Amino acid sequence: MSAGNPTGLSRREFLAVSLAAGGGMLIGFPLAGRTQTPTPLPAPSAFIRIDRSGRVTLILPYVEMGQGSYTAQAQILAEELEVALDAVTLQAAPAAQVYASPILGEQITGGSFSLRGAWATMRLAAAAARTMLIDTAAQRWRVRAASCRAENGRVIHSGGRSFSYGELADDAARRPVPAAPTLKAVDAFRVVGQPRKRLDSPAKINGTALFGIDMRPDGVLHAMVQACPVLGGRLVSVDPAPAMSVKGVRQVVKIDDAVAVVADHTWAALKGLRALSPQWDEGANRNLTTADMVAAADAALARTGLVFTNTGDVAKAEASAARRFEATYRMPMLAHAAMEPLTCTVKVADGRCDVWVGSQVVGRAHKAAAEAAGLPPDSVSVHNQYLGGAFGRRLETDYVSQAVLIAKQVKSPLKVTWSREEDMQHDYFRFHNHSLVSVAVDSTGQPQSWRHRVVAPNIMARWFPGFQKDGIDLDAVDAAAGPYDIPNVVVEFTRNEAPAGVNTGNWRGVGPTRNVFVVESAIDELAHAAGRDPLAYRQALMSKAPRARAALELAGRESQWGTALPARTGRGVAVFEAFGSHLAMVAQVNVSRTGHARVERVVCAVDTGIAVNPDIVRAQIEGGVIYGVSAVLYGRVTMDKGRVQQRNFDTYPVVRMNEAPKIDVYIVPSTAEPGGVGEPGTSGVIAAVVNAVYAATGKRLRTLPIDPAQLRNA
Amino acid sequence: MPYSINVNGAVREVDVDADTPMLWVLRDVVGLTGTKYGCGVAMCGACTIHVDGKARRACFTPVSNVGSAQIRTIETLHETAVGQALQRAWRELDVVQCGYCQSGQLMSAAALLEANPRPSDDDIDMVMAGNICRCGTYGRIRAGIHLAARYLNESTTGSGQ
Repeated sequence: MSAGNPTGLSRREFLAVSLAAGGGMLIGFPLAGRTQTPTPLPAPSAFIRIDRSGRVTLILPYVEMGQGSYTAQAQILAEELEVALDAVTLQAAPAAQVYASPILGEQITGGSFSLRGAWATMRLAAAAARTMLIDTAAQRWRVRAASCRAENGRVIHSGGRSFSYGELADDAARRPVPAAPTLKAVDAFRVVGQPRKRLDSPAKINGTALFGIDMRPDGVLHAMVQACPVLGGRLVSVDPAPAMSVKGVRQVVKIDDAVAVVADHTWAALKGLRALSPQWDEGANRNLTTADMVAAADAALARTGLVFTNTGDVAKAEASAARRFEATYRMPMLAHAAMEPLTCTVKVADGRCDVWVGSQVVGRAHKAAAEAAGLPPDSVSVHNQYLGGAFGRRLETDYVSQAVLIAKQVKSPLKVTWSREEDMQHDYFRFHNHSLVSVAVDSTGQPQSWRHRVVAPNIMARWFPGFQKDGIDLDAVDAAAGPYDIPNVVVEFTRNEAPAGVNTGNWRGVGPTRNVFVVESAIDELAHAAGRDPLAYRQALMSKAPRARAALELAGRESQWGTALPARTGRGVAVFEAFGSHLAMVAQVNVSRTGHARVERVVCAVDTGIAVNPDIVRAQIEGGVIYGVSAVLYGRVTMDKGRVQQRNFDTYPVVRMNEAPKIDVYIVPSTAEPGGVGEPGTSGVIAAVVNAVYAATGKRLRTLPIDPAQLRNA
Repeated sequence: MPYSINVNGAVREVDVDADTPMLWVLRDVVGLTGTKYGCGVAMCGACTIHVDGKARRACFTPVSNVGSAQIRTIETLHETAVGQALQRAWRELDVVQCGYCQSGQLMSAAALLEANPRPSDDDIDMVMAGNICRCGTYGRIRAGIHLAARYLNESTTGSGQ
C-alpha cells in the first residue's frame, strides 16, 4: 500500500479544516474513492469532530441498513486517528450540501460503494488530523514531531509526557493541513482487518434501536395509506363516512393517487382504510398483464441495441465458427420486501417541516420533502434513522413525498405507514430483464466470440443520469461479458421500459445480479456442451482475472468439487468480478422427485481486497446469498389487470430458516483496496444454484425463478 | 372499551376496540416500539411477544383475548436468564444486520429455550421457521440459540467455562 493521496483530488479539494462550533477541530473531506469502474453513485462527505474532552465524533453520511457501514467506517477512522474504537461516537448526518460529494453532489448509500468511497479519503483525513495533533504537541513541548507518537487518543513524547487529543484539539485546528499525511502501513493495522463487534448490535437486541417506523413525536397520529391498486391510476373520489365511524379515526385525507386514513393508532387507521370504497381512475394499465410485459421484453430481444463493448471482430469469428451456441435467459419482476415496511413521519408546523425516515438517499429525501411541503429547503429537516432493510427500495423518495403531502393536510405530526400489502404492490420493482447470448465455438468447444444483448429498462436515465454512456445504462451492462479470455466481444443494451405507472428501480446486486446469472449460465452450458468440467473450463479461460481465478480455485477446494454426491444432488459454480470484488461460489442443490429444489450448502470465496471487518464481510455474503436464494427459488411478481397479484409473504415467499443453506465464506487475504460486499453475495448465488440444478437433474433452466414443474422426475 | 393489561409487570389501561391487535396496542398506545410490524398476518414473526411465557404473534392477538395474562416484550427480555443468555450469544456472534426482525427472533428463541433447553437443529428450524429475516441471518440465529443453550447449561451445572 503506497502512502500519499490516492484520490486524484487536489489537496485543496481534499481537506478543509475549520474550527468546530463550540471549539475543537472539525475536518471535512470528500469521500470519493478511487474505483476501477466509473462511479454510478456519488460518494458523500463526512466529518470528524474532536471536542475538548477528547471525544471523537464521526458524522456519517453513509446510512446503516444492516450492512455494517457504521462499524467499518469507524474502524477506518480509529485506525488512522489512533483512537480506541469504543471512544468513537457515531452520528447520522442530516441532509445538507456539506455532506454531499463535492464531485457528484449527492448523499447516497448504495451500490456497495460506501466503503470503497470512504476508504482512501477517510484514512487520509484521519491521518491528517493525527499529524496536526502531533505537530501541535511537538510545538508546545518545543521538540521535533518525529519524537512524538499518537496512541489511544493521546500524543506521547519519547520522554513519556503526553497530552490528550482534547487538550490539543483547539490549537490543532488552527494549524495548516499537512501536505501529505503519512498513512499507516497495512501491516501496522490493529483495528482495520479485525472482526470487531458491530457498534449497532447492543441497541438492536434489546428493543431500543429506533427505526423510521418507531418515531413518536409529541402528539403523533397514525395513518395508513392505499394507492390506486392499478399501477399508475388516480383517485377520483372517496366517501369518508365509513372510515369516520371507526373508533379512533380522525380524518380521511385524499391525494392525487391515494387515500389515507388518520387515526389515534395504526389499527384504527387500517380498519378505517378497509372500510372505504374509493373510486379510482384505473388509467392506461387497467388491462396490463405479466404476459404483456414478457412479450414486450421478448420482442425487444429482436432489436439491435446500443453497443457498449465491441472488441475484436465478432462477425468474423462467427463466420468461421465450428458451432454457434445461442440461448435466451429471462428474469422476472421482483419486489424488495424489506422487513420494515415503508414508513415516514412528518411534522408540518409554523412554516417548517421535520421528517423522520430511514432513507438511503438523505439529500433526495430532503429535496422531496421540501417540494411536497412547498417550503424552502432551509425550512425542512430530515432526521435519518436506522433502516429496517432497504435492498435498493429506500433509494427512492416516493414514500417521503407522499407522507408530506398527506401530513400537510393534518394538524398533528403524522406517521404514515404502508401495510405489507401496500409495500409489496407499490414497489419500485426490479423489472423484467431478458438476455440473448450468442457464442461462436471452435472445434474443441472453446468460445471464440461472445455476443450478449441485454434487454432492460434504463434505470439510470431516471435515477442517476450521470451513470450512462451514450444512452446506455452502465449498470445494466455491468459484468455482462464475464472475466473470460474471449477475444471478440460485443455487449449491447436494448432499452425496454416498463409501462408508465409501473415503477422500476434498483434491487440488491443490481446489474451484476442479472448479468452474472446470464453469463455464468451460458458458460456452464458451453462447458457441458464441450464435455468439460465446468470449473476447469472456466479456470482455463481466466488468465486475465487472477484474483477471480484464485477465488474459483479456493471455492472448488473447499466445496470438495468433483467428489461424489447422492442421487439428484449436484454442485454448480459461478465466478465473477463486480463491485470491486472477485468472487466464486459453489452451490450444492438437491432436487426432489416432486421437483422441489433444496439449496443445501453454498461455499463462497471472496477476494474483496482488505477486509476492513472480516466478520461483517462474511455476514454480508451470507445475507446476500440468502436474498439471492429467495429470488432463484421463489422470486416473482406478477400482474393481472394492472394489479400486482402478490400481497404478503404467503404469495411472495422468501427463504426461512428451515430452507436456509449452510453457508461457508472464505476470505482471500489481500492488501488491495477494499471492494464492495453488500451486493455480490446475491449476484453470484443465482447462477450457482441454477447450474447445480443442471448437475443434479440434467435440466437447464433459463427462466427464473426455478419452476418445480420442470424438474418433476427430471 | 377500556382494557387493563399487564405489560412487562405493569398494569396499563388502554381504551381501544376489542379487535385491536396487541401489536398496535403496544406500539402506538403503550409506546413500546421494540415489537415490530412486518406482515400483519402472523407470517413473519417480527411482532413476537410472550403471553404467559408462550410466544404469540402480537399482530394476531386481539387485546380482548389477553385478559390478565402476563405480557412480556423485548424491552424486558433481559430480565430472564434465557433472555440474558440469548442476548449475550447474539452479541458474541454478531447476529444482527439491519436488526428489524431481531426482537421477534429473540422472543421466539427465548420461548423455544424455555420449553426445550437443548434444542436440536430440527427443533430450532421448526420453531424459528416462523420468523423471517430478509438480511439472511439464519445461520447465526441458529448458532446463537445453540450458544445460549450452552451458556445456560454452564450456569445451571456450574461447570464454568
